[in-house]
Amino acid sequence: MSTPALEFNDLQLAYMVRGQAREVLRGVSFAVQPGETYGLVGESGCGKSTAAYTAVRYLPTNARILGGDVHLAGRDILSLDKKELQNLRANDVSIVYQDPGQALNPTIKVGLQLMEAYQLLGQSKHDALTNSREILRKVQIADPESVLGRYPHQLSGGMQQRVVIAMALACNPQLIILDEPTTGLDATVEAEVLDLIRGLRDEFGTSVLFISHNLGAIRAMCDRVGVLYAGKLVEEGRAQDVFDNPQHPYTVGLLRCLPRHGSRKSAQRLETIPGFQPLLGAPLPACVFVDRCPLATDKCREVAPQWTQLGDRKVRCHHVDRVHELVSSALPEGTPSTVDRSSTPMLVLDGVSKTFHQGGQAIKAVRDVSLELFAGETLGLVGESGSGKTTLAHTVLGIHAPDQANTITFDGKNLKPGTRKRPADQVRGIQIIFQNPDSALNRRHSVRRIIGRSLRRLAQLPHSEVDGALQEITASVRLTERHLDMRPSQLSGGLKQRVAIARAFAGHPRIVVCDEPTSSLDVSVQAAILNLLGDLQHDRDTSYLFISHDLRVVRYLSDRIAVLYLGRIMELGPAERVFDGPHHPYTEALLSAAPSVDGDTRERIRLDGEIPSAVNQPSGCVFHTRCQRRLEGDLCSTVEPPLTPTPDGGVIRCHIPFDQLGGQPVALRS
Amino acid sequence: MARYVLRRFGLAVITLFILSIVVFTVSAVLPGSVGRAILGPFADKRSVDQLNNELGVNGPLLNRYFRWASHAIRGDFGNSYKYKSPVMDFVSKSLTSSLKLALLTLVIVVPLGVIGGTIAALRQGKALDRIITITGLSLAVTPEFVIGIVMILLFAVKLGWLPSGGTPKGAILDQLKVMLLPALTLTAILFGYLSRMARAGAIEALNSDYTRTATLKGLPRHVVLRRHVMRNSLLPTIAVIASQMSYLLGGLLVTETLFNYRGLGLLVADAARGKDIPMLMGAVFIVGALAMMMSLLADLLIAWLNPRVRLGAKQ
Repeated sequence: MSTPALEFNDLQLAYMVRGQAREVLRGVSFAVQPGETYGLVGESGCGKSTAAYTAVRYLPTNARILGGDVHLAGRDILSLDKKELQNLRANDVSIVYQDPGQALNPTIKVGLQLMEAYQLLGQSKHDALTNSREILRKVQIADPESVLGRYPHQLSGGMQQRVVIAMALACNPQLIILDEPTTGLDATVEAEVLDLIRGLRDEFGTSVLFISHNLGAIRAMCDRVGVLYAGKLVEEGRAQDVFDNPQHPYTVGLLRCLPRHGSRKSAQRLETIPGFQPLLGAPLPACVFVDRCPLATDKCREVAPQWTQLGDRKVRCHHVDRVHELVSSALPEGTPSTVDRSSTPMLVLDGVSKTFHQGGQAIKAVRDVSLELFAGETLGLVGESGSGKTTLAHTVLGIHAPDQANTITFDGKNLKPGTRKRPADQVRGIQIIFQNPDSALNRRHSVRRIIGRSLRRLAQLPHSEVDGALQEITASVRLTERHLDMRPSQLSGGLKQRVAIARAFAGHPRIVVCDEPTSSLDVSVQAAILNLLGDLQHDRDTSYLFISHDLRVVRYLSDRIAVLYLGRIMELGPAERVFDGPHHPYTEALLSAAPSVDGDTRERIRLDGEIPSAVNQPSGCVFHTRCQRRLEGDLCSTVEPPLTPTPDGGVIRCHIPFDQLGGQPVALRS
Repeated sequence: MARYVLRRFGLAVITLFILSIVVFTVSAVLPGSVGRAILGPFADKRSVDQLNNELGVNGPLLNRYFRWASHAIRGDFGNSYKYKSPVMDFVSKSLTSSLKLALLTLVIVVPLGVIGGTIAALRQGKALDRIITITGLSLAVTPEFVIGIVMILLFAVKLGWLPSGGTPKGAILDQLKVMLLPALTLTAILFGYLSRMARAGAIEALNSDYTRTATLKGLPRHVVLRRHVMRNSLLPTIAVIASQMSYLLGGLLVTETLFNYRGLGLLVADAARGKDIPMLMGAVFIVGALAMMMSLLADLLIAWLNPRVRLGAKQ
């Protein structure tokens, strides 16, 4: 066998915190073979990023290697001196990470940053420029000349990531490390970037270490995958096998947390993994997963499991033969939807538009949106960034004023723009849960104070009743008494989001806007939060405006879904129909872009280019410039299709007759 | 960028206008009769009134303002009461001296502060960082007159290397000798602020993703520092230098008095003491205008250095 591109041998690494070693990697061994793509998965805190940065020896000063070694291209990288390490980074390995906007120097033109990588290899300025142009073409940038002369902020997120990838490829490395390369990008852009990486990998024969919390992306990209838990690999095997037929209880749990196979809140609750990952540096039980494992026995507490070899699969578990027991465990029941569509809608939008004026240009963020939201109903808002979903939600909340007054009705009454002009019951009646609870909660206040304040301000409870209400609301979001005196920084992401949810629900809102409420959470925590949102809705008959870029999450929680593009509703209808079809060509493209953890059997529908500017919108149907089903002739490019009613009570904006529209993307239907 | 520059200039003109009103109003409401101040307590009332009329300090306030402002725009601030010759001559001479001193100070303090701050950032939390930070901070909170007197005692009285004060004249080397002590005093005051800003800027740049990208590209350390860290860390530092410029001009007062250095500071102090109203108004107005121009220049420089501002970032 040839030398692996990257090899970890029983690596143990700790961070020194106040003189104490906190172990992050507790004996990690794996190898990435030449030309192979190896995926590392696991929840935050499992050590996957630390592993990535160990491979290029870019570690914080308090990191200590306690044992083991790492070989990159056959060289022991932990023993290299400064100069050798520099050469290694310049020639043999590249790394691409999250947030390309930050990874590029904002004050230097893209071209110079790219040329730097070539000049480092000893090339002349002229050669470096020629090669830079060439590599930009390789990452499918149509106009390299103009991109070279631009600054990073003048490029879109997808373009920035292409430039970073181009930079990584410049030295034709043996290994590329991708650390969450598509997190924060739109699903459509993500799909393009993944396609690109796949193509380049095959062309150059590069080995790839791929790290992501997006299991779908891992499955789409990787040959083999390793599951990391608390700094230890617990399962390793061919990606397809591991995802289709997981053998470690943790892998099983992780996969079952995802809303899959078109699951819905009305049919079943999502499974969660109870308990928490051991903290960094905490003494480990014999089997790292024992405290959360339904199969755990005394043996698991006493003897650390070694690898059990199952064909080309390795599992670190004593009870490999009992994993099937997990599968048969009955799923708890869901919360059947009780939406009464004959009642008066809770919220009515009647031709809402929102235009921003900036630098003499009119940015039409939301155009003529009409919809209804009933009590106890979830309306999912779906679309790429720039589609206007957040602007629409903010307009409902009163953060923006719509262009025309009197277009929004809440509970039968006209909703005034601006929270200050609204009476208290309207303010209380519409609340929001943000994506990032960190910045949404005052970090100086205790949980008790945060929730208590909302109870006084929103519910306008007298002091004497606050305590009782506090107990009730904390119990309903499954926080305990112990959490009340903590500050947000002492809580995990999931617990913080629970506090944010309790805050939003304090005043018994009728509508809660959920803006990507689970996007920054791990899948097991996401499952718990989605269950909680489902329960609260069921118990309190609350309506949700639910925004998420994760279509499976939207599908799980939504009764109806509105698909937005350039501020317009392209389609609105029951969640099943919008997902399963017949649906709008844009919906079809969106659905096919999201990589599935169950594997994609269908050719992806490519959306060319990026969402057009909201300033100069295309003529006719705004989607015609990217539509794969554009009709012959110029109907689509000249006449904007009206919103046509569909048999199921929804609407759709397309010239193609309803029954001829596409449907059934295999990945989501299964 | 053009829009930005235009708007910034517009703002500057408005500020100048407001400044002129403030300067005029303050001097107009200063207590005491101007004629009495000039002629002394024993002059009779008639000649005081007559002088006041001649000087035009009795008319309606608005008229007086327009007369003053229309001359001031053309660089004519009237005649000094004390010296009976144009204020502008004095102001321009003092201004030159003050600018010379300011320039020398900057030449010393900017490289010192930037290098000191960057070194501190690179040695973050280590002994050298502590030494630089604490020294800078201690100097910044010590009043100018204390530092100045220590300087005089040490370098002029004890060692006799440099003159204890005076006004620069003659050969450049002689001028430098006179200016060095006041410049060092001002340097001591400014170093703390500057190095702190440079340190904060460098730390932010060092911890940024783009610096990580540059390092992981395999660039040598010194290239990473020069091309990627310094370039970005200097931006906020320049902003501080610029804002300290106006402080420098104003703060010259104490230092110039201490070293008996014939600059704007000393001129303002003398004019205020002698109730030389035209001189006071002219000098204060020029100092204000200068401070404003400095901050204008600084803003434009920052904008030009930052492509996001220069090229008009899309929101």
